[in-house]
Amino acid sequence: MASDDIWILGIAMTKFGKHSDKDIVDLGSEAAIAALADAGVTMADIGILAAGNLMGASASFGQALQKQIGQTGIPVYNVANACATGATALRTAIMAVKAGEVKMGLAVGAEKLAGAGLLGGGGVSKKDGNKFEPRGRFGSVLPTDGRIGTDTMPGTFAQVGMEYGHKYGGVSFDLFAKISEKNHAHSVLNPMAAYQKRFTLDEIMNDMMIAYPNTRPMCSANCDGAAAAVVTSGEVLRTLSKEQQRRAIKVSASVLTTDPYQEACQILPDVNTLTRNAAKIAYEQAGVSPSDLDLVELHDCFATAELVHYDNLMLCPEGGAVDFFMSGATWRDGSMPVNVSGGLQSKGHPIAATGIANIWEVCHHLRNEAGDRQIKDAKVGLAHVIGLGSACGIHILERSGL
Amino acid sequence: MFVQPLIGVTIMANQIPHVDYLELGVKPHLVANECTSCGARFFDRRNACAKCFKNEFKKVPIATDGILKSFTIVAFAAPGVPVPFVAGIIDCAGTSVRGNVINTDPTPEKVSLGMKVRLATFSLGTDDEGSEAIGFGFEPA
Repeated sequence: MASDDIWILGIAMTKFGKHSDKDIVDLGSEAAIAALADAGVTMADIGILAAGNLMGASASFGQALQKQIGQTGIPVYNVANACATGATALRTAIMAVKAGEVKMGLAVGAEKLAGAGLLGGGGVSKKDGNKFEPRGRFGSVLPTDGRIGTDTMPGTFAQVGMEYGHKYGGVSFDLFAKISEKNHAHSVLNPMAAYQKRFTLDEIMNDMMIAYPNTRPMCSANCDGAAAAVVTSGEVLRTLSKEQQRRAIKVSASVLTTDPYQEACQILPDVNTLTRNAAKIAYEQAGVSPSDLDLVELHDCFATAELVHYDNLMLCPEGGAVDFFMSGATWRDGSMPVNVSGGLQSKGHPIAATGIANIWEVCHHLRNEAGDRQIKDAKVGLAHVIGLGSACGIHILERSGL
Repeated sequence: MFVQPLIGVTIMANQIPHVDYLELGVKPHLVANECTSCGARFFDRRNACAKCFKNEFKKVPIATDGILKSFTIVAFAAPGVPVPFVAGIIDCAGTSVRGNVINTDPTPEKVSLGMKVRLATFSLGTDDEGSEAIGFGFEPA
């Protein structure tokens, strides 16, 4: 192993779901303590803590966490980057190790979202009536959500999938529902998922409509959860035990991008270009091609989003996502298993935890520790998240080979 | 209450557009801030151009006819937002615009990708001082 390689030494996630008896710090602590134990180290070994809790982004989540798991005086970076918060925390820890400032870093993401309902809509600043006065960047006299398009997440990502259909054809309500059918089927094998229920296509299509073509089971599940990872360098890993070296997972690529200017990107968020850019950089960094991947965990915040990311991550030829999915490739027994965890639609999406939990899932397979849902002989995997606004995190992971 | 503008068309004196990029009058239309350097178009108040970083803009009218290039039918929204409604992205002769598809049933049978639409305005109500807010959407053409 090269001295400047980055390795995940330990990683853990809580079960996703409803944790009404635990607060954010309980969840974060549970994940962090488990990740440290998995790494075979303690807080005394950690040189930097990067922590994210999106809904409490103005509070000092990292410091609150330290007060429960170990106050060693190390720097804390409290990060917030929408749904890419977890990946951003991990990347922050990785950069500190890569810069040579610390030997080990800890990244933690935790969120409580059970029962949070619809995200993204509303923003009513004043009541209808009284006096119309232009406000904000659009000089609007009334709220725009619902009157000039939609600000809601299900509606925004519905348009992302439909736009792909307008460009390349082949999309339908039925197609998007089938993507959701796959992920819910996968979740049955994942005891960490918030929901482990297989749905028939009819059940998915006849469930409550949220934003056509996304029905309720086609939307990510708001839930509670946390995930944490310990990262270190190849130089440090060489000094650790054979068992630690064997279970360590190589971070072959760690990339964070934002949305570059494109026509229409300020009209409908462009979640495509930044993902494609991140993927290109990641494949180059890792020296792997999409066909080398044994599994992919991608950001299926809605069924309509999963489709476009097949294309953005270059798992299929450009414009070929519909045919690619319909070939069965992305089912767990297909040529490119996608979201074998059940994805955000069934595993759940506790925002700040998601970008580390998807890496946990990939690591679990690469370590051959995934039990019933193990992808046989997995050597290389990719984890992807999108935070609307936008930020994209991609990590490519490889098993140690020891 | 009513004034007679120079162009000779009667409009309400105290109408106010929902957003400042909607221009009312004889033929209501949207107006963008176009970067004089690279041509990128924006509908919000600008500090600089997101594409080329220059900071000079001119107002340009946007075509009122367009093609629906994406949509969703929102059935579940924030409190106070009437549902269902069709949120869409309209390609107006090369400039993308956000707006609701109006004056048709909000169903997949009536709304489809690629359909031709045109800008239409409607009243959003009147405030305590008698000003009427005028909104816009896109109706089947």
